[in-house]
Amino acid sequence: MNKDLSIFERSRPGRRGYEPPRPPFPARDPASLFPASSLRRTPPALPEVSELDLVRHYVLLSKKNTSIADSFYPLGSCTMKYNPVANEVAAAMPGFAWLHPFQDDAEAQGFLVVLHRLERWLASLTGLPAVTLHPAAGAQGELTALLVARARHEDRGEGKRRTVLIPDSAHGTNPASVAMAGMTPLAVKSGPDGLVDVADLRAKVGAETALLMITNPNTLGLFEERILEIAEVLHRAGAFLYMDGANFNAIVGVTRPGDFGVDLMHMNLHKTMSTPHGGGGPGAGPIAVREEFAPHLPVPRVLEHAGRYSLEWDAPKSIGMLRGFLGNSGVLLRAYAYLRRYGGDGVRSIAEHAVLNANYLRARLRGDWHVPYDRTCMHEFVATNRRIKETGIRTLDVAKRLIDLGHHPPTIYFPLIVPEALMIEPTETESKETLDAFAEDMLRIAREARENPQLLRDAPVTTPVRRLDEVKAVREPRLRHPCPNSAVVSSGLGSAASAGGR
Amino acid sequence: MPFLPHTPEDRRSMLAAIGVGNLDDLFASVPAQARLRGAPDLPPGLPEPEVLRELRDLAGRNLPVLDRPCFLGGGMYRHAIPAAVDALQGRLEFVTAYTPYQPEASQGTLQAFFEFQTMIAELTGMEVANASMYDGASAFAEACLMAASVTGRPRVLVSRGVHPHARAALRTATAHAGLEVEELPLAGGRTPLPRTIPADAACLALQSPNFLGAVEEIAPFCDAARGAGALGVVSVNPIALGLLASPGECGADIAVGEGQPLGVPPNYGGPSFGFFAARGEFVRRMPGRIVGETVDRDGKRGTVLTFQTREQHIRREKATSNICTNNALMALRGAIYLAFLGPRGLAEVASACATTAHVASERIFSIPGYAPLLEGPFFHEFAVRCARGADRVRAALAAAGIAGGIPLARFYPEFPDALLFAFTETNTEKEVDLLLGTLRSVR
Repeated sequence: MNKDLSIFERSRPGRRGYEPPRPPFPARDPASLFPASSLRRTPPALPEVSELDLVRHYVLLSKKNTSIADSFYPLGSCTMKYNPVANEVAAAMPGFAWLHPFQDDAEAQGFLVVLHRLERWLASLTGLPAVTLHPAAGAQGELTALLVARARHEDRGEGKRRTVLIPDSAHGTNPASVAMAGMTPLAVKSGPDGLVDVADLRAKVGAETALLMITNPNTLGLFEERILEIAEVLHRAGAFLYMDGANFNAIVGVTRPGDFGVDLMHMNLHKTMSTPHGGGGPGAGPIAVREEFAPHLPVPRVLEHAGRYSLEWDAPKSIGMLRGFLGNSGVLLRAYAYLRRYGGDGVRSIAEHAVLNANYLRARLRGDWHVPYDRTCMHEFVATNRRIKETGIRTLDVAKRLIDLGHHPPTIYFPLIVPEALMIEPTETESKETLDAFAEDMLRIAREARENPQLLRDAPVTTPVRRLDEVKAVREPRLRHPCPNSAVVSSGLGSAASAGGR
Repeated sequence: MPFLPHTPEDRRSMLAAIGVGNLDDLFASVPAQARLRGAPDLPPGLPEPEVLRELRDLAGRNLPVLDRPCFLGGGMYRHAIPAAVDALQGRLEFVTAYTPYQPEASQGTLQAFFEFQTMIAELTGMEVANASMYDGASAFAEACLMAASVTGRPRVLVSRGVHPHARAALRTATAHAGLEVEELPLAGGRTPLPRTIPADAACLALQSPNFLGAVEEIAPFCDAARGAGALGVVSVNPIALGLLASPGECGADIAVGEGQPLGVPPNYGGPSFGFFAARGEFVRRMPGRIVGETVDRDGKRGTVLTFQTREQHIRREKATSNICTNNALMALRGAIYLAFLGPRGLAEVASACATTAHVASERIFSIPGYAPLLEGPFFHEFAVRCARGADRVRAALAAAGIAGGIPLARFYPEFPDALLFAFTETNTEKEVDLLLGTLRSVR
């Protein structure tokens, strides 16, 4: 049996699996309901498969994935920690999953309790009193915070502040979000210690500065030790300090951003709060802000009055909505369940063990791998290929070899300020044995680079496919499976994509 | 502590290997005055059974729409979800993977997205589709931003029939992008073609069926847009496309929509997913992840993330969008759902929705005190004017245990007495009868 077929290649005309509910009324002829111009002329060329075809196809696909459920996944800045299965069970409860967003608040009191408590808990963890759960993911949280900060500046007659300072080690979403907010990014240098160069910051802060977007701990896994001074520089200049909370896992329960001068921050609940990444989402990117920003937060707001919960949709100074409905409620529910497990007495242990694991792995690797900022790190650290550079082996080869040895590779070629970077974030849920096994495989790779480099250049060989030609994917784009009965009307205008029927 | 594997001996030997005395020493770089003294203000931790018990209690304080008469729509609908969708999407190999940055280790996710893109292209009749957006509203906003970027023009003409949340997301997204949003008014619940289209129009954007339920004439809008050098942006309900003309057949340039009807529970507003499709020539201007097929070193077929130079992790502030994490797992549900239904199943579901809605509309409008707001065709949802007042009707429906309809007044002050009702293949004759009886009973 060919296990590599596409679902379209499994399809046979006339085969079917699913039968919808029997209609309660005799079917109306579409031609009697709609004008001819509104009717579909060609049916979509969707697959026609049996239920077993379907099950087998997606089970086979699932086996072609690497996931936390089967492998160590130290993807830096992504916080691939264990995703508790009980949280999936909770989110699937019909009382939550089958709640419609247009139901009256009175019919959703249980969900609103969850959302209201989660807001309070995130406020407690960040030290920032006002929280919105609206943003769908971290990048949308960034954009939300930028728009809120901009609204606040405008509200106090400082609307001319349009420059956003961003350290050169920042995630790409930061400058992209700044552009979407109609503001201008300006890079701040990192010093030789990997931290924000405060002299460069001072030189760049001015009357046009709206805010600084700082990732703390930063993408090198280092805590910005001069954060209090940085906050003061910004506040003195009338600007705000925004924190990208992608790395909040390192400090949750240990320190609160509101206590080190942060005015606004976002969190990625799919990182710190363990909601699953799902192959790229859904996430949730709540933001927490100081009270003065609260009027500008997106709608709806979750309100509580005398034990009754409601959604407030009218807020005159709000920036509005960034997405439909209130938020990724099902993701927020999982985060609630996660925090409920640890509780106020336990959250600190998350950060402690994330940092313990990262430092342990750093200690295990530092002899054989170049660690450019080799000191106590937070949740992650960066290594490079420098000590094996003479072999010609690149970081990409190391990553691919790790796949053959049963690990998902770390984040590679990021942060951009470190050439050939391997950004390693083990997370707190990995055991010492797992870290030891990874460390031993990394040492083995360093040896193989010298003794048998071809092994690395050929990797991976244990995967369903070997290294893929990404250049061909761009030069000869095939962005869909060709279907002989395609319903796609080709524009015939020099299409860059492979249309159906070819 | 839950989920932490460390034994006391592990901790001791790991600290020794690092060369520090205790866990606190690891946080020496955190300024002392910023360190938290004491525990944050959260209730104490609980074991799993107690957390689940609490959540069952809280779930019990909600009134879900699964097993009672439901006529709620407004962008999210109660459709039957085949058991296979939950079982297959729920596989932890899908649930606990990340964005497929390492293609050799992520062929499952990548192939599923590649097939998803194909299904969305087929459904919308468009040449290319991306691997999903957050939801329908943000997909709509991004479509209008893309139209402005493609045409280099600042004015977005958007029908007032577009979902109010999508228009709200558009307003937020364009607030500081140097763009003007101009709303096209409705007449009889649908959008008349504007007499003139300004020369600086980036796009004409409309939704069909629109928020009031009306099926719009898409093709003339797309023709008019093209004639004016603008793009035609169309938001569609994917189930309706089992019966109704696709955006591609109508000449659209960009097609988007809310994916929730395709096998995703309403989830109290999210997560669901958005879909985004366009004509092939625009592929390099699209937001979001795109998967392409290529070959490996041995010539074997495989899939990768492609056209990544559009994206924020490479292009930074010049990216087409800031999107990074999307709603991939929900899009996987959509793919499984569409693959299971096939063209015939989708047409049957669409037909059942339309038939029940039309039977119900005839019966509702034969009751004195209820009048149609729409003129012309609708799919499975329509607005009803209630002579006795929307609030009284809603109170009666709630008392009868019926979910719906949605009061339009909040979004359309011009329709203070109107309620929106949606019908799907899940509505039984008994449910429809209860609705009719309750409407009749309102005095």
